[in-house]
Amino acid sequence: MTAPLDIERIRADFPILQTRLHANRVEGGVPLAFLDNAASTQHPRQVIQTIVRVFEHDYANVHRGIHSLSERSTELYEAAREQARAFINAADGTEIIFTRGTTEGINLVARSWGDSHLHPGDEILLTEMEHHSNLVPWHQLAARTGAIVRFVPITVDGQLVVDALDSLLTERTKIVALTHVSNVLGTINPVEAIIEKAHSHGAIVVIDAAQSVPHLVTDVQAMHCDFLAFSGHKMLGPTGIGVLYGRRELLETMPPFFGGGGMIRRVGLGGYEPGDLPAKFEAGTPPIVEAIALGTAIDYLQRLGLEAIHAHEVALGQLAYDRLSAIQGVRLLGPGPRRKSGIISFTLDGVHSHDVAQVLDHHGVAVRAGHHCTMPLHKRLGIAASVRASFYLYNTPEEIEQFAGAVNRVKHLFARKH
Amino acid sequence: MSLDEDLYQERILEHFEQPFHRGHCPAATHMHEDDNPLCGDVVRLELAVDRAGVIQDAYFSGEGCCISQAAASMLVEKITGRRVDELKGFAAKDMLQLFGAPLTPNRQKCCLLGWRVLQQALYSPVNRA
Repeated sequence: MTAPLDIERIRADFPILQTRLHANRVEGGVPLAFLDNAASTQHPRQVIQTIVRVFEHDYANVHRGIHSLSERSTELYEAAREQARAFINAADGTEIIFTRGTTEGINLVARSWGDSHLHPGDEILLTEMEHHSNLVPWHQLAARTGAIVRFVPITVDGQLVVDALDSLLTERTKIVALTHVSNVLGTINPVEAIIEKAHSHGAIVVIDAAQSVPHLVTDVQAMHCDFLAFSGHKMLGPTGIGVLYGRRELLETMPPFFGGGGMIRRVGLGGYEPGDLPAKFEAGTPPIVEAIALGTAIDYLQRLGLEAIHAHEVALGQLAYDRLSAIQGVRLLGPGPRRKSGIISFTLDGVHSHDVAQVLDHHGVAVRAGHHCTMPLHKRLGIAASVRASFYLYNTPEEIEQFAGAVNRVKHLFARKH
Repeated sequence: MSLDEDLYQERILEHFEQPFHRGHCPAATHMHEDDNPLCGDVVRLELAVDRAGVIQDAYFSGEGCCISQAAASMLVEKITGRRVDELKGFAAKDMLQLFGAPLTPNRQKCCLLGWRVLQQALYSPVNRA
């Protein structure tokens, strides 16, 4: 077990957390409580410094360059791939494809594996809690191939009805794609059990790990998943960089997704021969500096330890749960705090989520309001929108109090006459 | 705190909690409905326009945030008794001015939903075939 987090020391690494908001309108400003981490996280100095250092000292295009800077950039870029491999315990570096993010990773699988394997009447099994990025690519794949999309239902408290898989999985099921952690409910899905069931029916499994890899220890070999996608910007890294993990046997047989430079062995006027893994899936100049900075972010997370980070988030989630459930009119979505990650979403009776988020912002609290790219989930829950607070390693109990206090303020602002 | 009261001022909360003409217009000659799918705000306008082109009666319905619903209420109050050809020139900036409170670009969309619906409704006579 790793040591608990030293939050004060961690916060000193994140310049943006010192921000005071509304300084033009409120004397001295309002301290920022950044609780929008499920959308995107902030960056420690170490990551920012990597970006600056690479641009100032090491930058050139990667691969095939003979000159020193190109060799240096290539070395750093490939070192980041190795860091990503170790972070999720992939067997081999060639199984790590750098992408722009989770969305591109899922689209890559849908286009490359999906287009070459699906036939009319085949089935793609998703869940009712998926983010649009794990819905739309499959709807598109179904439209291209004549496949059918089906859904694993959820319970009223936002957990998958795992038993439903026994009837939903058939020999027609070719792909099961689901999120490891819900971006709204915070539910941690039992992916290992689902993967085992899916494999017993011959389906491949794609894991949307955007909300899990930044917060939980991930071991793709123990999980036995076929594909797993995540984004750098939700784990202290920059935007524009993500990782698609794929099992080597699958990646080797798949056609390239994007065509262009870098992904070929040779090109003639009549056609091309694709290159080896992972280059086959990395056409064009990749996000070089972003990848290297993601390596620094991974290093930062590993130094603190994912177990300690998760424990910290669960504790904050418990405190938020206690405070919010004491406010009349607050309806919390998803399971109780012990069974999920540091995400808490809710509605407040009689007040639209945008009004809640607006008032929270006045009090320095950054949360997200709306459907969080999960319109089907919100429909299933019978609501148009919700407010989501999501925690990370640098958040404090004081910020949770600031958050809960601001929610109370919303309630009173809108209940003057009742 | 003043930031809360700047936006959610008495006048706006009044319109939200006790809206002007929320409901339906039985004699409607013009109507339109639209939404903002990003936040789920919906506004529907039903107008009774007489032969002279004057709005004799106007109602709104829908659901959504305080800003969208209060703005729709203010708008319905404003347009009742006004001429259609005059309202066709009622611009977005006029709506923001009518609303009064300072809005960030994202919240301007909430405020302007009802105005957008009005501009469509003025050209959308009800088919009474």
